[in-house]
Amino acid sequence: MVSKSPYNPLVLAGQALFYGLFAVIIAYFSTAPKYTHLEPEISLIKLSFSYHGEPVGECHKRTPEELAKLAPNMRAPISCPRERSPIKVKIDLDSQPLFEGVAPPAGLSKDGTSTLYKRFEVPSGEHMLSVKMNDNARIKDYNMVREEKVTLKPAQILVIDLRRDHGGIFIE
Amino acid sequence: MSVFASFRQGGLVLLQRIEAFFDAIFGSAGNPWRHLGALAFYFIWIILATGIYLFIVLDTGVEDIFTSINYYTHEQWWLGGILRSLHRYAADGLVLVMLLHLVREFFYGRYYGFRWFSWITGVPLIWLVYASGIGGYWLVWDQLGQFSAIASMEWFDWLPIFSDPATRNFLTPGALTDRFFSLLVFLHIGIPLILLLALWVHLQRIAQADVFPSRTLALGTLATLLVLTLVKPTLSHGRADLLLVPTVLDIDWFYLFIHPLMYLTSPAGLWAIATGLTLLLLLLPLLPHPQQEPIAVVSPPNCNGCRRCFDDCPYGAITMLPHPHKPGHQLASVIPELCASCGICAGACPSSTPFRSIEQLVTGIDMPRQPVNALREEMERKITALAGPVKIAVFGCECAADVRHLGSADTAVLNLMCTGLLPPSFVEYALRSGADGVLVTGCREGSCAYRLGTRWTEQRLSGQREPHLRPTVPVDRLRVAWADSHEMSCLKASLDDFREYLQTLGADEHRSRAYTPRRIAQNG
Repeated sequence: MVSKSPYNPLVLAGQALFYGLFAVIIAYFSTAPKYTHLEPEISLIKLSFSYHGEPVGECHKRTPEELAKLAPNMRAPISCPRERSPIKVKIDLDSQPLFEGVAPPAGLSKDGTSTLYKRFEVPSGEHMLSVKMNDNARIKDYNMVREEKVTLKPAQILVIDLRRDHGGIFIE
Repeated sequence: MSVFASFRQGGLVLLQRIEAFFDAIFGSAGNPWRHLGALAFYFIWIILATGIYLFIVLDTGVEDIFTSINYYTHEQWWLGGILRSLHRYAADGLVLVMLLHLVREFFYGRYYGFRWFSWITGVPLIWLVYASGIGGYWLVWDQLGQFSAIASMEWFDWLPIFSDPATRNFLTPGALTDRFFSLLVFLHIGIPLILLLALWVHLQRIAQADVFPSRTLALGTLATLLVLTLVKPTLSHGRADLLLVPTVLDIDWFYLFIHPLMYLTSPAGLWAIATGLTLLLLLLPLLPHPQQEPIAVVSPPNCNGCRRCFDDCPYGAITMLPHPHKPGHQLASVIPELCASCGICAGACPSSTPFRSIEQLVTGIDMPRQPVNALREEMERKITALAGPVKIAVFGCECAADVRHLGSADTAVLNLMCTGLLPPSFVEYALRSGADGVLVTGCREGSCAYRLGTRWTEQRLSGQREPHLRPTVPVDRLRVAWADSHEMSCLKASLDDFREYLQTLGADEHRSRAYTPRRIAQNG
């Protein structure tokens, strides 16, 4: 029978073996197997915005009669609807539809920002990108259009945003 | 037996075989399988200790954090690099032992009944460990950190909790500010602190919790991690660049497997998997399971307030209250929802001695299913009935190897709810009543269904713990052989060996006379 003394060479060898096995498991799975997040020759288009759409209706100037009916502290001369327009989006890549959707305004009264985040893996190379958006429910067609020839390197990220400070559709 | 019960039983047998094999190499105290919870704590201490240094030296600016970590990894490898690697590998070890701990407790059936609290409070710990660990990868702010941060945000954005998509914080290089990493450091410290608090709650119903491994196991584990850090130091990927997608990554699968899983399914799919598994773990205690035995009962007239049951209860189910009738004395009181019905308290009670002359033995704290008086009567009856050149009394445990199979003309078997229920004086009583030897068996240490039954019994029999076996008891007539439920053959071999040994000893000429020969004759 093998002695279970901690100084028995077999016991020590067994301990070394299993401590080593533990180390190998930790070492291996902490970096392997490799994970391929994006295949070669693929690029990424990210569509993301956080944007306040236009009010769904026209603002109108209150008449003196309408103002008189309001409490004195509520007599704003202009009245605008609270609800905001949803943002309609259509993206074509090389004349092929890539995405079409609507980002509704947030909030119970639909007066918050419309937000969207989408990612599209596309082949790297030169593409014709067409981005159309509508932020005004009173306009039937897309009121913001941008078409651009883009060259995407492998693994490159192209961001499509909607920002007032950049004049609408913004491609980076 | 249901499929579920068969699965659990099969897993338990396999696990116990592995543990028994490791016992032979590491010894019970150093066996990592028996101290997974303690190892998890140990890894947390290593992570905290190494994390303090990294927190002190790291520069958390967007542009600086990557350079800062690389400096300590390469230029100051002998301190910063080693500590970084230790931090990382201890975190990986934590996940490994945590998940093994979960699986082990499941196979041992430690998730229902009085154990529901420890099980349920353990489930959030998994989330907290992952939240702590994944944030650490972001702090490196290399391509892996970028990948993990964006993947995590894409996952959380599926929930309707952010007014703006959180992923927009990583949309372009300009979106990220120094403040982000300051916040991240705050979270990377804050969440582990919440984890420590949750661990404290997790152990609330465990007395004398095993929170630090034995010295040999601690040193062996630390040495292993140190060798690992020197052989394969932790390195960063390339600098994060929000204009490029990280393509091929050396991912840490212990923590970051959730990201590939999300891209393989969808954010909603990952939420379904994560919440589904969490709910499954939380609902597990509600599945049908064996009813708990009646809990311990205190007999105030026989309780002298010695606190031994209070000290020995593995689940803190006993409190000491002022005795209502004896001023200045205390009285044990059982908290019903904490009591495991193990009987370890009855084994600890000094009033449980069979040498008491009263006809009806009533002890200070007793188990309704297996009262000490019934145990004394059963022992007297069975020992009186023994025949043969060598008579042996075997005290076993219902949760361990089934001692009922050992009964024979020369062997009396007493099957206890837990070996910890055995007052040591019963060993002496058995020898004086006619047994030539006493074999005590039960679960191996670490396998004990009630955590401390094996340890307390060993300490009581070796005189290290009260109530102890009297020194006058001939130790060569007592054998202790721990055997889990799958080790019946080992136990039989131990009994045969003991029997042969007793034959060589012959009759004990110095045996004290039976304490109550009249009672034995009557009962026999």
